[in-house]
Amino acid sequence: MPEERRKMIHFRKLYSFACFHSKYEHSHSQIGQKGYSRVVYCNDPYHSEAVELNYRGNYVSTTKYSAANFIPKSLFEQFRRVANIYFLVVACVSFSPLAPFSFLSILAPLIVVIGATMAKEGVEDWRRRKQDIEENNRKVKVYGSNYMFHETNWKELRVGDIVKVRKDEYFPADLVLLSSSHEDGVCYVETMNLDGETNLKLKHALEVTSHLHDENSFKKFTAVIKCEDPNEKLYSFVGNLSCDGKEYPLSIQQLLLRGSKLKNTEYVFGVVIFAGHDTKVVQNATDPPSKRSKIEKKMDKIVYILFSTLVLIAFVGSLFFGIETKKDFSDGNLRRWYLHPDDTTVFYDPKRPSLSAFLHFLTALMLYGYLIPISLYVSIEIVKVLQSSFINQDRHMYDEETDKPAHARTSNLNEELGQVDTILSDKTGTLTCNSMEFVKCSIAGTAYGRGMTEVERSLARRRGDPLPETGHDVQGHEGEKSVRGFNFRDERIMHGQWFNEPHWDIIQKFFRVLAICHTVIPDKNEESGEIMYRAESPDEAAFVIAAKEIGFEFFRVTQTSISLRELDYEIGEKVVRKYKRLHVLEFSSSRKRMSVIVRNAENQLFLLCKGADSVMFQRLSKNGRQFETQTKDHIKKYAEAGLRTMIIAYRELGEEEYKSWDVEFSKAKTSVTTEHDVSVDELADKIERDLILLGATAVEDKLQKGVPECIDKLSQARIKLWVLTGDKMETAINIGYACSLLREDMKQIVITLDSPDIDALEKQGDKEAIAKASFESIKKQIREGMSQIKSAKENDVKFGLIIDGKSLDFSLKKDIDNSFFELAINCASVICCRSSPKQKALVTRLLKGETGKTTLAIGDGANDVSMLQEADIGVGISGVEGMQAVMASDFSIAQFRFLERLLLVHGHWCYRRIAMMDVSAQLCVKYPFLYLEGVENILFGWSCILGWMFNGFLTSIIIFFWTTKSMIKQAFQRDGQVVDYEVLGVTMYTCVVWAVNCQMAISINYFTWIQHFFVWGSVALWYTFLVIYGYLPPEMSTTAYRVFVEACAPSVLYWLITLLVVICTLLPNFTFRAFQTQFRPMYHDMIQINEFEGVETDELPRRVRKKLHLMERLMQRNS
Amino acid sequence: MMSSNTASSSAAVAGSADSAAPRRNSKKPKYSRFTQQELPACKPILTPRWVISAFLLVSVVFIPIGVVSLFASRDVVEIVDRYDNDCIPDNTTDKVNYIQTPGDKSCNRNITVPKRMKQPIFVYYQLDNFYQNHRRYVKSRSDAQLRDNSSASDTSSCKPEDMYNGKIIVPCGLIAWSLFNDTYSFSRNSSQLNVNKKDISWKSDREHKFGSDVYPLNFQANGTVIGGASLNSSIPLSQQEDLIVWMRTAALPTFRKLYGKIEVDLEPNDVISVTLQNNYNTYSFNGKKKLVLSTTSWLGGKNDFLGIAYLTVGGLCFFLALVFTLVYLVKPRRLGDPSYLSWNRNPGGR
Repeated sequence: MPEERRKMIHFRKLYSFACFHSKYEHSHSQIGQKGYSRVVYCNDPYHSEAVELNYRGNYVSTTKYSAANFIPKSLFEQFRRVANIYFLVVACVSFSPLAPFSFLSILAPLIVVIGATMAKEGVEDWRRRKQDIEENNRKVKVYGSNYMFHETNWKELRVGDIVKVRKDEYFPADLVLLSSSHEDGVCYVETMNLDGETNLKLKHALEVTSHLHDENSFKKFTAVIKCEDPNEKLYSFVGNLSCDGKEYPLSIQQLLLRGSKLKNTEYVFGVVIFAGHDTKVVQNATDPPSKRSKIEKKMDKIVYILFSTLVLIAFVGSLFFGIETKKDFSDGNLRRWYLHPDDTTVFYDPKRPSLSAFLHFLTALMLYGYLIPISLYVSIEIVKVLQSSFINQDRHMYDEETDKPAHARTSNLNEELGQVDTILSDKTGTLTCNSMEFVKCSIAGTAYGRGMTEVERSLARRRGDPLPETGHDVQGHEGEKSVRGFNFRDERIMHGQWFNEPHWDIIQKFFRVLAICHTVIPDKNEESGEIMYRAESPDEAAFVIAAKEIGFEFFRVTQTSISLRELDYEIGEKVVRKYKRLHVLEFSSSRKRMSVIVRNAENQLFLLCKGADSVMFQRLSKNGRQFETQTKDHIKKYAEAGLRTMIIAYRELGEEEYKSWDVEFSKAKTSVTTEHDVSVDELADKIERDLILLGATAVEDKLQKGVPECIDKLSQARIKLWVLTGDKMETAINIGYACSLLREDMKQIVITLDSPDIDALEKQGDKEAIAKASFESIKKQIREGMSQIKSAKENDVKFGLIIDGKSLDFSLKKDIDNSFFELAINCASVICCRSSPKQKALVTRLLKGETGKTTLAIGDGANDVSMLQEADIGVGISGVEGMQAVMASDFSIAQFRFLERLLLVHGHWCYRRIAMMDVSAQLCVKYPFLYLEGVENILFGWSCILGWMFNGFLTSIIIFFWTTKSMIKQAFQRDGQVVDYEVLGVTMYTCVVWAVNCQMAISINYFTWIQHFFVWGSVALWYTFLVIYGYLPPEMSTTAYRVFVEACAPSVLYWLITLLVVICTLLPNFTFRAFQTQFRPMYHDMIQINEFEGVETDELPRRVRKKLHLMERLMQRNS
Repeated sequence: MMSSNTASSSAAVAGSADSAAPRRNSKKPKYSRFTQQELPACKPILTPRWVISAFLLVSVVFIPIGVVSLFASRDVVEIVDRYDNDCIPDNTTDKVNYIQTPGDKSCNRNITVPKRMKQPIFVYYQLDNFYQNHRRYVKSRSDAQLRDNSSASDTSSCKPEDMYNGKIIVPCGLIAWSLFNDTYSFSRNSSQLNVNKKDISWKSDREHKFGSDVYPLNFQANGTVIGGASLNSSIPLSQQEDLIVWMRTAALPTFRKLYGKIEVDLEPNDVISVTLQNNYNTYSFNGKKKLVLSTTSWLGGKNDFLGIAYLTVGGLCFFLALVFTLVYLVKPRRLGDPSYLSWNRNPGGR
């Protein structure tokens, strides 16, 4: 088998001409200089100089803490909270005699709060650690001193080691490919974890090393690699390899990155050049940040305010204390003699009034410490844990297929979910399922394929059309096994019926093109005999599968031939047809097409071609345009349905024509001049002409279930969606349409560097000139975009911005990024394609910084990790494979569509956390604009906070003065007893307990038994406490001894004061609420009322939307 | 005014989805109304009717209470007589010196009873500007010592009144040391009015906080620094009711403390002559001293504040109810009208 494989892969040389470029002279001259100083002694990790260089080992740690720094570092994290610092100071002071009460009562809550949060951090970090250990102890074969490959743990690899990686294994470190099981030293790599791309990438070994195949050959192998220092660039690598006195240049083509997987190749040998934290994937990772929600940050500000108040109160208090104390002893006269000012401690010393005032100030800081709500932190923490468990428990966010419920991995950010302004989403695996399905085709002007796409379905749903019977595309269709990548149902051409169609010859040609014109490799499963196709892009796989399903089974490829198995209608059985493959003209983003030139068994020469409609129609010959209008019509329909289309055409070549072309082409291919690419392209262009149209295919990049609806709901909630993807621009735009992110009525602004001038500059290789020109071009494009937006502002046209990775790189530079973000923010949707993980993170960071609004990033792959960590909230898709994104996320959900519920329902509820919920889940989803309350931060805005503070101030004033006014001096019972400080204290505190709970009760919008239980329970608890504590022996209860039973309860005055004071404290807030609901209701008020009155408010969203639109306009104008 | 929705329809949907055969070891969250946040709930809505009724209810309850309390307060007869200035001989320039110099400081006062006072009539002394709530003062006592003879040496909190010449003071601390020592005796028509000083303290104090086996020791023994009253060292603390009353510290600088009870009725225009010993020094800190005689009602002593407050709040609520009714009648609207949305009324106004 390996023998065969090696042979069959030789044809790679045929078409992989594009891979060898001779562009690296420029950067290679820098080797050995700064930034390019790494030296690797291959096969000799113990080389004396290597030992001296002491490069990092392959141990990787992603934990936030280590055993040694856990205590200090997590404590530091804790003391980022201002309140905790305050309590720490207080706790320290509480050991001194300054403390107004025992240190235990100050220290205990602090220890509980900090201990609990630290424990939480610890557990989270422990989980990460366990994962690290698992990864570090994976096995790999390494070439040892005994000239044998032996198994070792990943973490024990050193730079310079030679390792053997088998098929479907991950690379343990960044390796330079030496040789592979394929004779010519190529191998295939899946880089999904790095860039999210699913196609396989081809890597080449240098010729000088590609002969190394067994243990013996490594015995004598030594080489030195000099290369760049560790960096995070995934798409570039510069180095050279010196072997036997000669130097060979190394490029990214030889680099196998950690995190990617070996595919389609039995084994490879490689030498470790970057290990552990030096590897590109780890360099791309950013430290797991400690995220804090905005409300938490705001709480810090509130604590600052409260703290200033506290200092002010303490200062004023101690000032008067100092003055009074000073007066106590003057000229030998004792004023307040009962305090013994002549024989006192430093705390009350009238001779040193300023010192005692200062000490009193410290005491007061502690005494009034109740102003700083430490219990608030505790209760918020508890509430958050509860909310997290609600999220985890929500059955509406459970995915049957993968058996995964939603999971809130941190509870810090729950309420942030209610304030998301922009969502940054990955594409592959997040919006799409990462599978291409062949759904429709148009052959000879007839449209085939009855399946309905997700987009069509959602469009129909939106229009209110009745959904046609969907039995056809439901999986597990009776009698037929569903094939991955194939969702085509049409009885006219399936099961060999195509032979009865009028244009059966064209259908036959069409599917033959699909079966032949590709670079797919069949992979026969030894056990089941089934053929799996390995394709560089999933589209191609879908074509080949489609051809196979229709009856044109591609089953073998060799160096020069390609074999199909198809039904011959004349003899009525399957025959093998063999085609000689002469040339493959590869796909590239500028050519937008690919062709093969084959010779069939009848010795006819054909050029088979498939490509994008933009380039294909102009290449048709005059007599090949028979079905052009119908096909164009179909293509348009397919595109509207969110499908990716390809035009299929062919041409018969004359023997003479081919021969002369072949000579020229072979010459151009072997030339090594800078014009190499150009002349090859030109020649390809020359022969891909006068094509005859066969038809078009439509492939669905399958969206995940419910994605368009979810995006629609989110956009109703005014949440912006940015798609950041590693995909090609065309793919990204296509998906943009598919998930209704881009619409037909939207104008597109495309920013790209794929222009002829830049290309020309790139050929010359002058880096500075390229940078300058690119910079200018981007600037210009942004300016143009802005002016477009400005001019269209009045007409209410929406814009979609599409930008590619290279341009993004320039756009994010300091002097441009302002204008870029201005442009981006003004567009309804933004798509960034070809973006690297680092760029994704950068965009996220800049967006966060620029707008100051809450961002949510959602993704599924390792390439999304840094984005997830950078965003305010990271949401990982826990669907299929790879746990890295989930591990880095704050929330994980199984499907994109659950985001709707997570944000609109849970986010809303979490944000209104006191009430637990105000409107039911259905209403939240029904009225997405309710979400705006969170984004606008209405409920936790400063006016609201200050309002509550004022309310609290008023309440305390009422409680203090009214209680004292009505109780002090006179008897408070019939038996003539007067009030002492114990009775007064109990009375006041009773009022406080009632007032707080009743205030809470009137601001709750949604009463379940839980609310009743806690509100009235706390009141009851207070009385119970008074009675029980009061009955403890006086040694324990001290001042509370029987106060309630003996003094308060029998006194009518006590009860009357409670009633009066509590009602009074409620009046201001109640009146305010009543007026507000009446005259300035908020969204949730209204929706509640409408629900209560049973009114359907279908007119509401439209009107509100109009108003909102107006508001936005005004805001824009103001800014 | 409470709408109550029971299990919402989505619960039913979720329930029906359940009927599918459950996967083994499925991680599907179990259904409960609590975890799915579908508990039956009532949602109080501030509709005009609900608001108006609430205000009316408050005023209907409060106004009668106010009237009754005010009557109760008016029924109480209270006589307040300030004597601190009048009981200093007219020619004294240095009041502090006068009060600190030992000697007879008796003083006679006449009080006329304005209205009939039914027994028991409570006798209070009222001090002004006396900070019994000072932090140093409040803490300067030893509860253990007061309670239990065996803890007599527990005086660490009592400094500087903890020891005298190396001997323990019982009761120790500033509070006990500064015990009020003015005394009053009353006569009507030259017949002595008996002042009952029994049971003027809290029962729980007598029985549980002040020990019956604890006797005063070295109390006020320091001749140079005199505090207040001295105690009969043969009577246990549990029976020293003046001390017990004094040691229940007051919350604010103006306070009354029970001195005793007169257990006969006093008739209108009765002249009560009071013979008092003006011993206690309030002059150094400009404190007033008052003698108070008062009856009580079911509500306690005389204080109009509560009644007035009840009436005010009740009236205010009635007024608010009226305002709301008027607004509702003049400008009726359906609450769900979206044109009243806060941002609809004021577009962009932020």
